[in-house]
Amino acid sequence: MNRNPLWKNATVIIALVLGLLYTLPNLFGEVPAVQISSVKATVKLDLRLQSRIEEALAAAAVKPTGLFFEPNSIRVRLADTDTQLKAKDVIERALNPDPADASYSVALNLLSASPDWLTSLQARPMYLGLDLRGGVHFLLEVDMKGALTKRLDSTSADLRTLLRDKNIRHGGIVREGNMLSLRFRDADSRDKARLVLTDNQPDLDLVEGQDGTDFKLIATLKPVAQKRIQEFALKQNITTLNNRINELGVAEPVIQQQGADRIVVQLPGVQDTAKAKDILGRTATLEVRLVDDEASANQSIMEQAARGQPPAGTDYYVERGGSGLLVKKQVVLTGERLTDAQAGFDSQTQEPAVHLSLDSAGARIFKDVTRDNVNKRMAILLVEKGKGEVVTAPVIRTEIGGGRVQISGRMTTTEANDVALLLRAGSLAAPMDIIEERTIGPSLGADNIAKGVNSTLWGFAAIAVFMSVYYLLFGFVSVTALSANLLFLVGLLSLLQATLTLPGIAAIALTLGMAIDANVLINERVREELRNGVTPQAAITAGYERAWSTILDANITTMIAGIALLIFGSGPVRGFAVVLCLGILTSIFSAVVVSRTIVNFIYGSRRKLESISIGQIWKPGA
Amino acid sequence: MEFFRIKKDIPFMRHALVFNIISLTTFFLAVFFLATKGLHLSIEFTGGTVMEVGYSQTADLDKIRKQLEADGFADTQVINFGSSRDVQIRVPIKSGKESESVRISEKVGASLQAVGGEPQIKRVEFVGPQVGKELAEDGALALLLVIIGIVIYLAFRFEWRFAISAIIANLHDIIIILGFFAFFQWEFSLPVLAAVLAVLGYSVNESVVVFDRVRETFKKTRGMTTPEIIDHAITSTISRTIITHGSTQMMVVSMLVFGGPALYYFAVALTIGILFGIYSSVLVASPLLMWMGVSREHFVKPKKEKAEGVTEDGACV
Repeated sequence: MNRNPLWKNATVIIALVLGLLYTLPNLFGEVPAVQISSVKATVKLDLRLQSRIEEALAAAAVKPTGLFFEPNSIRVRLADTDTQLKAKDVIERALNPDPADASYSVALNLLSASPDWLTSLQARPMYLGLDLRGGVHFLLEVDMKGALTKRLDSTSADLRTLLRDKNIRHGGIVREGNMLSLRFRDADSRDKARLVLTDNQPDLDLVEGQDGTDFKLIATLKPVAQKRIQEFALKQNITTLNNRINELGVAEPVIQQQGADRIVVQLPGVQDTAKAKDILGRTATLEVRLVDDEASANQSIMEQAARGQPPAGTDYYVERGGSGLLVKKQVVLTGERLTDAQAGFDSQTQEPAVHLSLDSAGARIFKDVTRDNVNKRMAILLVEKGKGEVVTAPVIRTEIGGGRVQISGRMTTTEANDVALLLRAGSLAAPMDIIEERTIGPSLGADNIAKGVNSTLWGFAAIAVFMSVYYLLFGFVSVTALSANLLFLVGLLSLLQATLTLPGIAAIALTLGMAIDANVLINERVREELRNGVTPQAAITAGYERAWSTILDANITTMIAGIALLIFGSGPVRGFAVVLCLGILTSIFSAVVVSRTIVNFIYGSRRKLESISIGQIWKPGA
Repeated sequence: MEFFRIKKDIPFMRHALVFNIISLTTFFLAVFFLATKGLHLSIEFTGGTVMEVGYSQTADLDKIRKQLEADGFADTQVINFGSSRDVQIRVPIKSGKESESVRISEKVGASLQAVGGEPQIKRVEFVGPQVGKELAEDGALALLLVIIGIVIYLAFRFEWRFAISAIIANLHDIIIILGFFAFFQWEFSLPVLAAVLAVLGYSVNESVVVFDRVRETFKKTRGMTTPEIIDHAITSTISRTIITHGSTQMMVVSMLVFGGPALYYFAVALTIGILFGIYSSVLVASPLLMWMGVSREHFVKPKKEKAEGVTEDGACV
């Protein structure tokens, strides 16, 4: 009477096999590896590169235990950490002959040591969170106000060009907070300007105003445009961060958007937080401005400016060579217009140079500005945290069209490389602040794993001993079901590649501790039925059936808590919630279905069952 | 083996008033400590920097404190963490200097180098004030969601009287856990919050089990008064209650012993929650249920509905 239909047995067996299969990779551990990925969009990984790596390793007598080619990276598996370090050096030298202009990032990493047939089944070990493997976690907040201001600044430059092209005279364009104010002498030019702007600048909302005798036009960004700019800023910043982190050579960086204005950056294995912070927080932006040559030539003005009192409308900077110069506040171009920057050489003088490519709008502006300012100087500034540095201030020889710009003069090859790198990777659409940082040393990570695993195992052992002593064979069945639960949970976590954190391990322990509840409920019910004088077979049936609804209710209330944590939790607590929710699902299955299957297997087919091994049944009457 | 050999139903409900007075007293004590002492919130909620530093020998806390004070970290706490060789340093956030606080860990690191003893920085955590505020809000929202979710579920599955008494009983547990954390000024961190919410879900189980029995007994037997039925339900489930909680507690004790400092308060919160959970969900929820006037009629009606196949209730036979 207590026999399972075939499909139920089959389900349990299949579930157990799958659980075992996906749990297995966790038992093999990890081996050292070297990971090669491209840092340039133009450089792709191919099989030729793989053979280059193989040759380089063979030449240095380093024998890899495996080589894996993936679309975005090549991984070389090595026997131990010594060969890992050696292999890294060898590959680094072979692939990046010029360290200043590296095309590939070569990073140390760990690879699963599980056999290839397991890996080909997508069976991978659990994905460990930073608190278990060590590394740095940053939460960055993008300064959206800054992004909007920056856009308004560059728009004001666009407007000037636009009005000049259309021969509309204006009395100045100034940014005032979140709006641009355009002044005009008469209503006629204002109306003309308004028409031109509506046609050419669809992002702007225009309002007319009057200020004394001046006619004004107030331009603000439309909400839709603001939203688009903010989204773009976030995307651009993520791209920039990707570029910068590639230069760091981190094996598996995580760079993700979180919410509307935040970016999560996780760098496993990175210990040098100062360097990581420097690289992330480098909010360098490029600005091109004109030099006020007249004022810069004037000795007395320069002396005053050096003391911190530059003439109105200009900023005082010291050039790399050491001489000071006055730069107009008006920004001609920003880094947004830059599409690429590469180090190279001047085709005529063979001097080191940086070649810049501008987008079409940038190219047009640059052409106009250079045409109007031949023989004047132009300053290229890197602005970092509100402080600008003049990279170079060359003299404009001719009008420069086509958006190809070359910066040369007084630069070494290394400097040219640095500037190109900084310009290429350095342009953030908006400044960012680090609002959360977590650094976990590798030893602490390993320690956390050991502690989490130890508490789970000892707790499990204690429960196993108690259950087996108290409920005898039924207790043993419960413990077997609980082991199956652990197997399912670990297998599921590995399959889903959910991030396992220390609170996640605690949740595994806790779910196991709570899952036994279902079996206690069942066993107590079976005993109670026996106490009431029911036959053993009927007691098993009734025990499982009556306990079922209680088990369901009890687990659903815990599930509600798990889901709330999943929705509102962040970081490690989310890891806790994921495990809790999954654990409830696996524990219902294992406590009810798996344990019933085992009980049925043991007792189900016996017709004349006199007694079952569930411990002493004490009857009040006896 | 059988621990619980109970001949007759234990007349719990006769002493309902006593239990409620005990509950109320502990509850008000907890509220009192929460109000006067407040929770010792971790920097996850308040914002600030925490660093854990390991030394090869016993660390000289006084020296570290003095050096940090000299370097301008006035409100810094320096304590041992786990062992005498591990030191935890907490630097609260200073208002108005947000951009600088990102660099605090490096400055503290420099100060520690100056003290000497080869400090090894094991963990750094910096939380900006805006993040802290959000975490606190999210925590409160999560708690609210759990409460509402459980009330709705129990009301739907049983009866609104069950839902209300179960949630009151278990919120009383939560307040008592928080009261302990306030009284001893234990650190209330995100994992502790997670533990508190898990306990809420877990100890409602207890009430569910008893309520299930109450419902079943109401349906099965006639001629028993409501207190008698509740007494019977509690008595017949008490063995399971204690064994279950004992098993879960074994796991938690294992975490207390082997889990290290990172899991310590998490396990402490669970321990208090489990111990009070037994008491409250049985001895607080049931009297509440009795006083809210639960009676046979509340279950006879739904049974008719069930006959029409509205819900599947495995507990009724």
